[in-house]
Amino acid sequence: MKRETFITLLLMALLFGAAFHGKTGDEPFIITLATKAAIFAIAGVGLNLALGYGGLVSFGHAAFFGIGGYAAGIIASAARNYAPVMTWPMEIAGSTSMPVIWLAAIVAAMITAIPIGIFSLRTGGVYFIMITLAFAQMLYYFAVSWPAYGGEDGLSFYVRNEALGLNMMDPWTYFAVCFGVLAVVLALMAVLVRSRFGLALEMARQNPQRLTASGIRPFNVRLTAFVISAMITGLAGALYADLNRFVSPSMLSWHTSGEIMVFVILGGVARLGGPVAGACLYLLLEEVLGDVTDYWQVLLGIVLLLVVLFARGGLVGLLAGRRAAHD
Amino acid sequence: MTDPVLEVTNLSKSFGALAACKNVSLDLMPGEIHALIGPNGAGKTTLVKTIAGEIAHDAGHIRFDGELISHLDAAGRARLGLARTFQISSLAMEMSALKNVMLAVMAVSGEVFRFFRHAGSDDALLGPARACLEEVGLQNRAHTRVAELSHGERRQLEIAIALAMKPKAFLMDEPMAGMGPEGLARLSGLLRDLKETAPVLLIEHDMDVVFSLADRISVLVYGEVIATGTVEEIRANPDVQGAYLGDAA
Repeated sequence: MKRETFITLLLMALLFGAAFHGKTGDEPFIITLATKAAIFAIAGVGLNLALGYGGLVSFGHAAFFGIGGYAAGIIASAARNYAPVMTWPMEIAGSTSMPVIWLAAIVAAMITAIPIGIFSLRTGGVYFIMITLAFAQMLYYFAVSWPAYGGEDGLSFYVRNEALGLNMMDPWTYFAVCFGVLAVVLALMAVLVRSRFGLALEMARQNPQRLTASGIRPFNVRLTAFVISAMITGLAGALYADLNRFVSPSMLSWHTSGEIMVFVILGGVARLGGPVAGACLYLLLEEVLGDVTDYWQVLLGIVLLLVVLFARGGLVGLLAGRRAAHD
Repeated sequence: MTDPVLEVTNLSKSFGALAACKNVSLDLMPGEIHALIGPNGAGKTTLVKTIAGEIAHDAGHIRFDGELISHLDAAGRARLGLARTFQISSLAMEMSALKNVMLAVMAVSGEVFRFFRHAGSDDALLGPARACLEEVGLQNRAHTRVAELSHGERRQLEIAIALAMKPKAFLMDEPMAGMGPEGLARLSGLLRDLKETAPVLLIEHDMDVVFSLADRISVLVYGEVIATGTVEEIRANPDVQGAYLGDAA
């Protein structure tokens, strides 16, 4: 087994262990924290495909996280109010089934990501960062100002949605669901980056000129990666909405984009387990340092600086060492 | 008479007031190495980029394998079988040599958007990629990262990648740039074999190489082709001597 795969599995075991410790010690707070880490990790795995493997520094993934969240919130609250989600161009009923909501969130993120990707991917570098940020902020202000779904106050639904007849309000059950989704997403990502498409994406990042000269348009490869990346982050958004039973425009704000980015960078860019490590470390720092001072983010900033300056591979990079040539 | 594989007719390209190519016409016949020479700034690389589709031309036609390709972008032309190598090696430095070639094999196959099957153990990619590496003599370096290859090995790898594209024509921008005498001899041999696979439009600076390899030569000066002919004709051409070869010839 490759060392990096081992570390990813180890991280997953640690996360599971932490939640299990919360279950046996009857500390639901810890379980919820672990659930949050799993969801953030999913969002990070999504962003990592674009940012890490594709070299597309998207500062607008909050858009997809929020869209996923709103998709979940809108569909669930419609079902609870016995009202349709929309009546035009066709009538779509609400639902409280998690799989249905997840699918809706993924599709909504995809539909949002296609035009954003088409516009943004015509640029590169700093411009790409700024234009993705601009799109996300547009959605943020739209959510704030549009009263139908709570505007600035957000949208709450009082009970978690359902799947398989499980009691989702039980923290441990919901953790297990989120953990399971994370495991599936990680497995898919491991397969994807080693596929033919993964090879093309890596070439698009390392040398787009060569990719073009071989007869493959980098734009198509990047757009596909960007959209898949958004879909995964959208799914995380739906899970997050269900965790809090609440969605608000803050899910769409640039702070969220920055946070997801921090998960990836802290954990390790273009490392499979990077976002898992990053999300766990972030929440751990928030808990531990948050007890010390309200200004814990200053300390987070210092940690981030150290990672960027001295440990480019993030936490996973430190543990797994320098990456060998892929064969 | 056979038809040319690549035919450039009255091609012009200017950057503002600077005319980089003026009414350039040249063709590439099956089985030949056609060398394009010219002093620095003559517009050689611009011409390569226009033919490859990396920059758009202002006027003229490019016909490849019997089809007009002026409307196609670089990727589209590559897919038709126009394989181009770069003056400065353009490779994925963090990938192994083998992966670099596998990508080209994959591009030719047209099956890029496959998301599940493991590419690294796909025999449809591995087989042809290994064969191309062997053809240029890099079989023992297959698993080495490009960043760790020598300059000469990178030039060989560029050719292996071009081979992997199963091209109908090679477009080579100074493949010998920066090579020592030993590497030059090896690459010359490679190019001589290469024209059996597909004709080569060779942009080259080194006169000795050009005169020993080329079947035909075109001379580009200030964006214009001032002469085209066999090695002897070019050597004897007074215009060429005046404009370019000077006393050396």
